[in-house]
Amino acid sequence: MVAFVIRRLFGMAIVLIAVSFIVYIIFFKIPGGDPAQRIAGRTATHANIVAIHDRLGLDRPFYVQWYKMIEQLVTGNLISYTDQLSVSDQIWQGMPVTFSLSIGAAVIWLFFGIMVGVMSAVTAGRLSDRAITVFALIGISIPVFWLGIMLRYFLAEQRSLFPDGGYVPLTTNPAQWVYHLILPWFTLAVLSIGFYGRVLRSNILDSINEDFVRTARAKGLTPRRVMGRHILRNSLIPIVTLFGLDFAAVLGGGAILTETVYDLHGIGFYAKTAISNLDLPPLMGVTLFGALFIVMFSTIVDVVYAWLDPRIRLQ
Amino acid sequence: MATTETGAEFTLDTAAELAAEEGGRGIEGKSPWALAWRRLRRNWVGLAFLVVFILIVIACLMAPVYSAHVSGMAPNETNLGGTITIDGKQVEVVSSGGVTTGSNGEIQVKPGGVPIGPQWWHAGGQYVLGADSLGRDIATRILYGGANSLQVGVVSAVICAFFSIVFALMAGYYGGIPDWIISRGFDLIWAFPVILLGIALGTALAVNGFHHFGINLSGSSLWIPTFVISIVYIPYLARPLRGQILSLRQSEFVDAAISQGASPFRVMFSELLPNIASTVLVLFTLIVASTILTEAALSFLGAGVQAPNPSWGTLIAAGENTIQTAPWLGIAPGIAIALTVLSLNIFGDALRDALDPRAKVRIEH
Repeated sequence: MVAFVIRRLFGMAIVLIAVSFIVYIIFFKIPGGDPAQRIAGRTATHANIVAIHDRLGLDRPFYVQWYKMIEQLVTGNLISYTDQLSVSDQIWQGMPVTFSLSIGAAVIWLFFGIMVGVMSAVTAGRLSDRAITVFALIGISIPVFWLGIMLRYFLAEQRSLFPDGGYVPLTTNPAQWVYHLILPWFTLAVLSIGFYGRVLRSNILDSINEDFVRTARAKGLTPRRVMGRHILRNSLIPIVTLFGLDFAAVLGGGAILTETVYDLHGIGFYAKTAISNLDLPPLMGVTLFGALFIVMFSTIVDVVYAWLDPRIRLQ
Repeated sequence: MATTETGAEFTLDTAAELAAEEGGRGIEGKSPWALAWRRLRRNWVGLAFLVVFILIVIACLMAPVYSAHVSGMAPNETNLGGTITIDGKQVEVVSSGGVTTGSNGEIQVKPGGVPIGPQWWHAGGQYVLGADSLGRDIATRILYGGANSLQVGVVSAVICAFFSIVFALMAGYYGGIPDWIISRGFDLIWAFPVILLGIALGTALAVNGFHHFGINLSGSSLWIPTFVISIVYIPYLARPLRGQILSLRQSEFVDAAISQGASPFRVMFSELLPNIASTVLVLFTLIVASTILTEAALSFLGAGVQAPNPSWGTLIAAGENTIQTAPWLGIAPGIAIALTVLSLNIFGDALRDALDPRAKVRIEH
């Protein structure tokens, strides 16, 4: 097990280096022209561009340029030339908002996703299953940002049932924190509830005919125990992977649409502001940050798997 | 039934004889595609939504016709000071605002810049879904925007499917080092959240376009979001295909083809490809649903389809700004996206039930 974890950590380090190379290629190589000019933004002066050239080593070989980019990001010296603020500081400041949004939404989508999946699998083919399937399909077909705009308009602006966007820190007022985040949580969760529900339903229906389920029934277990202990346990395994990666994506700034719609000034919102200014340094930071989370969580998922199922370690 | 009426024992051809007695027809062989079509035909919900999708596509393709003969307005044609006739009365398209004194002496303040709402058919085809704050016809813009959204969505799915199939075939056929390299490439794309990778590429390219390998695209070209979205989704399509090819690679028919001297190209494209065609078809339908949603999200954020081209995503972004005064501007394009994606998802499901490959696609936020 220790050897497995070390192997995975080593693999993670290599993937992270490769991922940062991709970020370098996306922002420095693909667009063509002088990267310093783009990074300097719209208000670039000649002196600015020369300074960026020097700091990012743009006349040196590509690996020096790549190293300088990472160095600048990690030390907080990479600044956005639109507002002169350090990219890593801004990401750091957005983290509490993004984490509050992501963790709450993840709890909701996991809970309701499992509930929806089990309910429709148990009543497979009946009216309630069909109704759930229809709602799940609608849930995965609605654009997240449109759902957010509509919920905000009808529930927060037309009727003042919920606050009209914004964020209150948990440490300031926990009740207001929840109150401000209810709509964003549900907006972010709807797609995953529908998707997890559908995946889980088909997994449960697959394993319901397995031998071990028949054995469990034959030895006289209650249907509830057969479902909870035997079927669900087995069917949840693919959900673990899905959840690990989806959760990592929203933690790393992937909830950009929800944050934009509800004016939550998290990491995604920071990226959105950068897009409208065509401001590249924040996007470099946020993209790398998001990938960091996914790579980290997929390593965690692998280790959890190996711990749950010793056969995987031998592969 | 142990024996037939003629009293004969079961023979190898008993089934055929029995069938021949009933209605005088022999047993017909049916291809898997014919069987799938028979199953699909019975699923009327799935087919109904295929029809819905086709109708949406036709409507969007007919956008120029609608613009010329129904609304009489080009998609970017503004009408700020204009009026239209509704039931014999002249109504301003965008209210000019001002203060009026009512009949009882009460002073009424009319806000300016509020566009006219949905007129349905009262204005003779004009402003069916209302106007935006510049007096442009929303229905016309939704149709033109839909044509762009559908084009980006479908074309990027086609490009994505092409590369996925080629990479998956190469990885699955050759195995070993080529497989390792291709799979690690997928892992790298997979390591980015879809939306962030799309934004990074979309914005980096929107600054001054793409100028490499003899290809010159301007920053506002529709091809940029198309390529960006197709790259982002390659692993989602290629991974399940690679897995399937890896197991097909072990089967006897592939060994037989190779021992008969078939070239790798031939084995890949005329032996392996037909066997994954049903999976490709199902995944393709679902990927189109995802690419349309992703296009809308990227355009909404400003990293997808760029002005002056309308798309459903940019229309929603514009609608969000005026949601207080003109909510229909944001509502209408969202319904268009949801209906399109829903019809593709339902049809994709029906297709999977009919073809029954155990395929799963991960959809992102």
